[in-house]
Amino acid sequence: MYEHDVIVVGAGGAGLRAAIAAHEEGADVALVTKLHPVRSHTGAAEGGINAAIRDGDSWEDHAYDTMKGSDYLGDAPAIETLCQDSPKETIQLEHWGMAFSREDDGSVSQRPFGGLSFPRTTYAGAETGHHLLHTMYEQVVKRGIQVYDEWYVTRLAVTNQDDPAERDCHGVIAYDIKSGKIEGFTAKNGVILTTGGLGQVFDHTTNAVANTGDGAAMAYRAGVPLEDMEFIQFHPTTLPSTGVLISEGVRGEGGILYNSEGERFMFEHGYANNEGELASRDVVARAELTEVNNGRGINDEYVHLDMRHLGEERIIDRLENILHLAEDFEGVNALEEPMPVKPGQHYAMGGIETDENGETCISGLYAAGECACVSVHGANRLGGNALPELIVFGARAGRHAAGKDLGTPEITTGKTEDTEIGELDTPVEPGAVGTPEDAVADGGTTMAQPSQTVETALEAERARVERLLERDEGVQQAELRAKLQKSMTANVNVFRNEEGLKQALRDIREVREEYENVYVNDPSRTFNTDLIHTIEMRNLIDLAEAITLGALVRDEFRGAHWRQENQERRDDVWLKHTLLSWEDGTPELWFKPTILEGEDGEYEPKIRSY
Amino acid sequence: MSTQVPEKTESETETETETERTETPGDRRRAEKRARQKGTTEAQETTETDEESIHLKVFRYDPEIEGKMEPRFDDFHVPFTKGMTVLDALMLARDRFDTTLTFRHSCRQAICGSDALFINGTQRLGCKTQISDLEEPVRVEPLPHAEVVKDLVVDMEHFYDQMHAVEPYFQTNEAPSDELQEQHQSRENREKIKMSTRCIWCGACMSSCNIAAGDNEYLGPAALNKAFRFAMDKREGEDMREHRFEILDQEHGVWRCQTQFSCTNVCPKDIPLTEHIQELKRSAVKNNLKFW
Repeated sequence: MYEHDVIVVGAGGAGLRAAIAAHEEGADVALVTKLHPVRSHTGAAEGGINAAIRDGDSWEDHAYDTMKGSDYLGDAPAIETLCQDSPKETIQLEHWGMAFSREDDGSVSQRPFGGLSFPRTTYAGAETGHHLLHTMYEQVVKRGIQVYDEWYVTRLAVTNQDDPAERDCHGVIAYDIKSGKIEGFTAKNGVILTTGGLGQVFDHTTNAVANTGDGAAMAYRAGVPLEDMEFIQFHPTTLPSTGVLISEGVRGEGGILYNSEGERFMFEHGYANNEGELASRDVVARAELTEVNNGRGINDEYVHLDMRHLGEERIIDRLENILHLAEDFEGVNALEEPMPVKPGQHYAMGGIETDENGETCISGLYAAGECACVSVHGANRLGGNALPELIVFGARAGRHAAGKDLGTPEITTGKTEDTEIGELDTPVEPGAVGTPEDAVADGGTTMAQPSQTVETALEAERARVERLLERDEGVQQAELRAKLQKSMTANVNVFRNEEGLKQALRDIREVREEYENVYVNDPSRTFNTDLIHTIEMRNLIDLAEAITLGALVRDEFRGAHWRQENQERRDDVWLKHTLLSWEDGTPELWFKPTILEGEDGEYEPKIRSY
Repeated sequence: MSTQVPEKTESETETETETERTETPGDRRRAEKRARQKGTTEAQETTETDEESIHLKVFRYDPEIEGKMEPRFDDFHVPFTKGMTVLDALMLARDRFDTTLTFRHSCRQAICGSDALFINGTQRLGCKTQISDLEEPVRVEPLPHAEVVKDLVVDMEHFYDQMHAVEPYFQTNEAPSDELQEQHQSRENREKIKMSTRCIWCGACMSSCNIAAGDNEYLGPAALNKAFRFAMDKREGEDMREHRFEILDQEHGVWRCQTQFSCTNVCPKDIPLTEHIQELKRSAVKNNLKFW
């Protein structure tokens, strides 16, 4: 049994920032990560960090752009916190030595990004995330913060009261990948989930193979609602063969999109007459696929992104990494020819419901970064807003978990008296199929002693792994994963309709049933990746179901969520968040209103035009 | 419980990487791609060749499973598709034929640094090595000069220890006290450290280094490059620079480098590691003549 004040699960941007913040407040903090911190997917972020740090810019403008970009599904208190804290957090990185790109006077560079009214995206070449990740890991090393690398957290130790709001999180159970040991970790103050994205739910994604949404799935099963899961961002420029990301920075610097007829379609076909290629991501992604569907795609699959006219010098200075990616993963010399690009799954706007301090409805359980939904992105995330989210809310969660008073949050979590319960009309019974794995969920005790809660969870987890390893026939996770990913990409992609979503639910249900017979072929306790992928697969099933249920319920068109039958944003009904709760394995749907009231008044929903 | 990878000769690394190339792999792939797009006839031929399979010889070892404790090579024949990387082929081999095949990987876009492997006798990232650039059978082994944990997974602890030994974090007394005021850096100085900041900690360089193989205490190319990144960053100030050279100017520091360029040759991020180490040597001499 290990014991710390604060345990951070995951060591990407949000996790590292949370750990540093908790450490600065005097807490004994540990990072537990299934990778090594420098292997985290934050390293793959390219574009930059939005921060209003220049004369002529203001946090209010940043907040306005973000509200508009979110299609008015973001919560104003969260967005305003993001925009107020981002400048100091960004400069903090600069003081930690981060290798930002520089202007002639030595100040950090900023560039234009989609949906922004000011060029406020602070960057380090086209590899901003790499520098951010390494800079913060360096600070973790400097402070001597304990890191358990290649330890996979597979279960939360949460008490089991009927009402999630009365539950306490006392720690986590983790699996030491190298030795196969399963151990309990007690957190005296709190557990912070910073496990990142869930892109592996889809088969064409910019996300790493490790991005299986573990934190979100564990929190869900422990009783925390998942919020706005239907809002999945599809990035308009990913390489067709691999899903590797081509930064929005390319369009920010002036890159142009062409169809097979050589038309600059964003303008010529009227998708965004003012902003063109710099319209927000949902607009550009739909435009590209519409071109392909109308026969103006290249090889019926993709469009071209051209940056040749920017000139070699500027490309090398600001986008050099893109040249390497295009070369290594698509065989294209982007100085001489345009790059093929198509939309790919990129970011989960929804996630674990938290308040501005990162806390969930379960006491002692926090979440920050992509796995969380404090709701700064709403229905569509603006490029350059993910990295500030990591550092702003990572730091806040770390401080709060370490005991610092950050004031009363304006965002509520969990069910309240005003909660509106929704109805699910689904073609199949979603959720649990009644196995031992499901019955234990991730909690399992009402005991008052934290150590007993952790012990109980530890026993349950050891039993689960034992069962997976003992079984020696059935189906293997790779087959199930491929089936799930294929169905999600076919049915829950950029364009959605009711029939497709229902088909996805049927497929997910099938996969869930087959998972009952999943077995791990590798009997070894040493570095058993077969076992890890099998545990991850369970998380993918729960998250795929949550995404699809949300998408089916929300019968309107908002931000990244496009519905064939419902081509309009319906503010009269849908200015509200969808929430899904795990009720003994059966998802329960409910809603809470979007908060449009900011510090200086209410944000008025307007038509989004670019 | 662990074992060294057997039968590794250090010269293999040298000869493979110094092979003269008249056309780059990229040129070749682009030419193929253009040919493919020219006409349907050619495209069909390509489709036919797509059904070829690729022959992998993969190193296997598991310390606790009987029958796998003796290191061996397994053969895999996986269907080849255009653009396939070594990592793609390994994943296919694992998912389709043997789910016990074990290797690290995550981002599959050359930034997480977790899939550095010894491929046809050279340290490379599996994810950015195109199968079409390799001779068959493609031999995939764990990184040399590191303890093998299982199959292609090596213990990285020593590598991390060496990285940590150079105080790999920014230290300055000159940062502005105002939390919103930047600490300016010239474009020139940023340019100076730019390549060194690209290190992804994959360990390819360390694995390729003959000196590191023979001297366990040698800081090695990755850590020295990390030290270069901070020593050359003018924002740290003179006092800190001196402190940094005290760490580097030691028996197992910069002077161990024998300028063999193997690290530079294998670096997947094209960092001029050897050059950086030589520059540190020059600076160390200027600071305080001391040779080990």
